Amino acid sequence: MTSVTEVRKPADPAPGRARPRRVVDHGAWFLVLPALIPILVLSVGPLLYGILLAFTDAQSGRTEPTQWIGGLNFRDLLHDTLFWESFRIGLVWAVGVTVPQFLLALGLALLLNQELRLRWLARALAIIPWAMPEVVVGIMWRLVYNPDAGILNETLRDIGLGGGRDWLSGLATALPAVILVGVWAGMPQTTVALLAGLQNTPRELHEAAAVDGAGAWRRFRTVTWPALRPIALAITALNLIWNFNSFALVYVLTNGGPGGRTRLPMLFAYEEAFRYGQFGYAAAMGCVMVAVISIALAVFLVGRLRGGDDA
Amino acid sequence: MRTSAPARVGQYTALLAYLVFLAFPFLWLLSTAFKPPRELGSLHPTWIPKDPTLDNFRQAFDEQPLLHAALNSLVAALAAAVVAVLIATPMAYVVARRRTRLAKAVTGWVVVSQAFPFVLLIIPLFLVLKNLRMINSVPGLVLVYVVWALPFALWMLAGYVRAVPPELEEAAAVDGAGRVRTLVSVTAPLLAPGIVATGLFAFITAWNEFFFALVLLKTPEKQTLPVVLTHFIGAEGVADLGPLAAAAFLATLPSLVVFAIIQRRITGGMLTGAVKS
Repeated sequence: MTSVTEVRKPADPAPGRARPRRVVDHGAWFLVLPALIPILVLSVGPLLYGILLAFTDAQSGRTEPTQWIGGLNFRDLLHDTLFWESFRIGLVWAVGVTVPQFLLALGLALLLNQELRLRWLARALAIIPWAMPEVVVGIMWRLVYNPDAGILNETLRDIGLGGGRDWLSGLATALPAVILVGVWAGMPQTTVALLAGLQNTPRELHEAAAVDGAGAWRRFRTVTWPALRPIALAITALNLIWNFNSFALVYVLTNGGPGGRTRLPMLFAYEEAFRYGQFGYAAAMGCVMVAVISIALAVFLVGRLRGGDDA
Repeated sequence: MRTSAPARVGQYTALLAYLVFLAFPFLWLLSTAFKPPRELGSLHPTWIPKDPTLDNFRQAFDEQPLLHAALNSLVAALAAAVVAVLIATPMAYVVARRRTRLAKAVTGWVVVSQAFPFVLLIIPLFLVLKNLRMINSVPGLVLVYVVWALPFALWMLAGYVRAVPPELEEAAAVDGAGRVRTLVSVTAPLLAPGIVATGLFAFITAWNEFFFALVLLKTPEKQTLPVVLTHFIGAEGVADLGPLAAAAFLATLPSLVVFAIIQRRITGGMLTGAVKS
């Protein structure tokens, strides 16, 4: 133990530092097994099994054996207007949450990067939505939206904007209402990632730009944004996917209602699988979701990376 | 850098707006949790309860098996965190120290696992666990949580391993220490804070997890806290607001405390992972 600290001191960055082959060589395979076996058995295996299931008529609680039915599930899915409606809702929700969330988080990150007095409080508060179970976030916002005893309607009444609305049950208001919750719930993570990115940009660059007479907006465009871009892209891509796949928040807020207006694809697939027992059909839905996500992600990344300097 | 006075005012106004936006739902939850039924039924709710009470907490424990659910959550999250970290640490070590196909495969798998709709994973897992008679059992849930926590644990831990200079290990090897000896007495102590942070993170994600628990746990005495919380919301969406708020608030406390402790480390681990890969 004592030797560790002694060794650390003469940390001369040896040119072309040698790899510690001595420590991790081919004999190290046994270090990998404890994690590799569960990964293969409980993650990769089920995944492949799930894809296979999409081509069968697997159902829960059925006595006759499951049969291979080829692409029949996918053909049915193609004509399932409810599924595509939920898919559309999923896209609206994913974009509707991710974009405002990013803009708000960017604003907050820029503020928190300044020397402001209440900075510590904002940082502390930003932890709350992140640490909360999604179920609790949903419950909390149900209390806020409550038509009678909720604070939202009361505040609206106080400032003379009417109120008395049942936000989560209104056909027109339900989706915007859950989107607002999604924005609130995911903002901290995005903020923290962007803030860390900001803190990695060298301060001297800003100061040099300021000396050159660049205004705040020019400094943001020429110094801050280029440095932030890789993290901003990564977090946006991840947020889009995470949001498209989200479940718990909306399950608690509306359970997909009213009239399916907030039925995200995951809620739809969950019902199909575990309420109606249509395992094969729900697995096919999962496959379609994976395929679309992969394609969308590829297009997004290629587009953004190519669309280079003025992005 | 100097900022002009109007700009300062603008900044503080914006910051204040953010503070309100972030805090108000949470404050409302707290306020509701301490209100007696009469105030909850009022058409003009107030921020501060006029007549604060702890009855909602008592009633919450009466209505649902909260203690039992918390115990289930604790067991599941603790077991998942410990197992995930135990098996992830050696693998993270190898992945971080050797640029092999394995390392690339793991990185790819971490990315894919983040993008995955869990419904495609849970259907086969449900069938497998059913055949093993592990549906409606906390150990079955732990198995799922371990695998679910592994990608992120590997990612965070590999970042921490990279932060330990390999020269230290070489020096120990030169001094005549064997591989195991080097790992145990040189690398492990330096990794310990990272291992603890990773474990706590795995703990919180499992403590907060809902979807897998909803699918796998059928009877109230097996269910975890997030699932039991949803029982407060009745079938028609009608809820007993006070006890609902009280229970929701209690369920958040453990993760808030743990999160406050490790928040910096998580973001650190996340970013080293994101930047290096």
